[in-house]
Amino acid sequence: MNTLVFTLQQTFLFFVPLLIVALGAMFSERSGVLNIGLEGIMVMGAFFGILTINALTELPAQLQLLCGIIVSMIAGMVYTLFHAFAAITLKADQTISGTALNLFAPAFCIFMARVVQEVQQVAFKNVFRIDKAPVLGEIPFFGEVLFQKFYLTTYLGILILIVSWIVIEKTRFGLRLRACGENPHAADSVGINVTKMRYLGVMISGALGGLGGLVFVVPTSTTFNATVAGYGFLALAVLIFGQWQPGRIAVAALFFGLMKTIAAAYSGIPLLMDLGFPDTVYKIIPYAATIIVLMFTSKNSKSPAASGTPYNKGER
Amino acid sequence: MSRKAHLKKFLAALLPTVICIVMGLLVGFLILLFANPSQAANGFKTILSGGFVGGMRGIGNVFYYATPAMMVGLGVAVGFKTGVFNIGGSGQFVIGGYFAMLLAHTLQIPRPFSWIVPILAAAVTAAVWASIAGLLYVYFKVNIVISTILLNYIGMYLVNYLIRYTIYDSGKNQAKLTPESAQIPGMGLDILFPDSSLNGGFIIAVLFAILIYILLFKTTKGYEMIAGGLNPSASLLAGISVKKNTVLSMCISGALIGIGGALMFLSNSGKSISVVDTLAAEGFNGISVALLAGNHPLGVILSSIFIASITVGGFYMQAYRFVPEIIDIIVAVIIYFSAFSLLIMQNFEKLQIWLKNKREEGHEG
Repeated sequence: MNTLVFTLQQTFLFFVPLLIVALGAMFSERSGVLNIGLEGIMVMGAFFGILTINALTELPAQLQLLCGIIVSMIAGMVYTLFHAFAAITLKADQTISGTALNLFAPAFCIFMARVVQEVQQVAFKNVFRIDKAPVLGEIPFFGEVLFQKFYLTTYLGILILIVSWIVIEKTRFGLRLRACGENPHAADSVGINVTKMRYLGVMISGALGGLGGLVFVVPTSTTFNATVAGYGFLALAVLIFGQWQPGRIAVAALFFGLMKTIAAAYSGIPLLMDLGFPDTVYKIIPYAATIIVLMFTSKNSKSPAASGTPYNKGER
Repeated sequence: MSRKAHLKKFLAALLPTVICIVMGLLVGFLILLFANPSQAANGFKTILSGGFVGGMRGIGNVFYYATPAMMVGLGVAVGFKTGVFNIGGSGQFVIGGYFAMLLAHTLQIPRPFSWIVPILAAAVTAAVWASIAGLLYVYFKVNIVISTILLNYIGMYLVNYLIRYTIYDSGKNQAKLTPESAQIPGMGLDILFPDSSLNGGFIIAVLFAILIYILLFKTTKGYEMIAGGLNPSASLLAGISVKKNTVLSMCISGALIGIGGALMFLSNSGKSISVVDTLAAEGFNGISVALLAGNHPLGVILSSIFIASITVGGFYMQAYRFVPEIIDIIVAVIIYFSAFSLLIMQNFEKLQIWLKNKREEGHEG
């Protein structure tokens, strides 16, 4: 039982950042803009979020975290504007400008960290874990899994999932956003401002990407070393695996999170330890399993039709 | 076309790249100015002079750093030109590098086969590894960007595992250095550039760049591959097997990148594959090299030397207490601007026409 609780608690730590970033990528792609720069955006968000947390150590823990979250979202959003400007206004090659974002962010963060504090790692105090929520934490099993030794960011992730689903599927904004990603000419012809919608889509992806960076770093480390270990790229895999739909993205992120947990913590799970495979096998499993799942899901891809192509008014 | 017209066309093609580089350097200078105003000018001068200040030894080291970057850049460029974004360079690089080193250690054969065979092995293994992504795309429609990213991690973990069971140097936690008998010979470069780490690998890389240029632009196969990348459906109608070409271009791309790994590790520079859970940076550097070159194989020769030179400049710049990451920032900005270099070009043409019209108006008035 304890093993199961431990495994599930660990899974959340991998699941939540992937979920948030993949949902961000969804907003961008469904508006018609590829955002391959999420890895860099996550790095930026984490960097500024952690700087904020370090500047506010006087405040109560959860308030520090909240301020960090807000700053990380703003940082991600501002940084993504470079991609939005290139991809939407200048109709540039979206893969290249996204790649530039990925290249710039870690270099910038290491540079700034070393200018400000001589060393490139930014240390921070992780005081954000809540040992046990009152009342809810008392519930057997579920309380233990969900409300003991947890981070509030887990619930923020779930909240973002619900809000994203409502926004994309049930609101006028979501419908317009999707129209811009499927058929921008038709959207334009009924008076939707394609440029504006695409900017909004990309900016949402930036805010969620920045947040995802902070949410990834905070529970898994005590220093930030200008990397998010490829999670920005993995979020893109989760997006495709999740067929650009919020519910499926959540399932995909949970799947990958579980696999990643097994890889990281298999030695604590007696059942897996007894199998006696080398640890490399477990490390490879999350990536190999994702490829296998993609093999079965990619043929019926529901990729937004106009994703990746700049919108030219005059071109039909 | 006359020679003058040729030259004009060549310069016009180069112009957007030059603009991008100037913009990148400008941003780099501003950041230096912000970080430390008093030393910014000196630091910037060091970047610009790069490796070309240390005499023949300095130039040799620039070429040495450029060698693997050139091969990886070529591989990425072949992919881009033919419509696949091979972001899996890291995995292909270590796979090729590992098998080259493994054979360098185990084969007891005379020179020159002792280094040629490992290079070939690197090409074959990395090509096979890269072809997985091609096949996944052709048969299952798995997005190549995603599959190559995932294969990077699998390749890295696999190589780390294999090293530990074969050619492991546990003291340094890396693969054992290549024995002298299997190192690539200097081919005269060691005499021309004394005391540098340069060897014949540089010549091999340049030859490959020329070979790829011929393949892509002077053969039917290359034409088909480029056409398939530009417009798959039209190519299909024209009777070109786009699927086969996708797998083929992944294979060529992977082989070139794998050879890059072999050239890097079959040398006496003391470099080896570290057994750490971090993706090889060379795979990503190659993307910059390819993009800066506009994915032109011959351009890759220049862009890899340029990036190597400012990287060496970045090392030297630490004398002024600047952080070498400024070079990565500059490269990133250059790549960012190159994303809309076509646009810069068009606007430049518009500006030229506008200026010409203005001038003519002036004459009339």
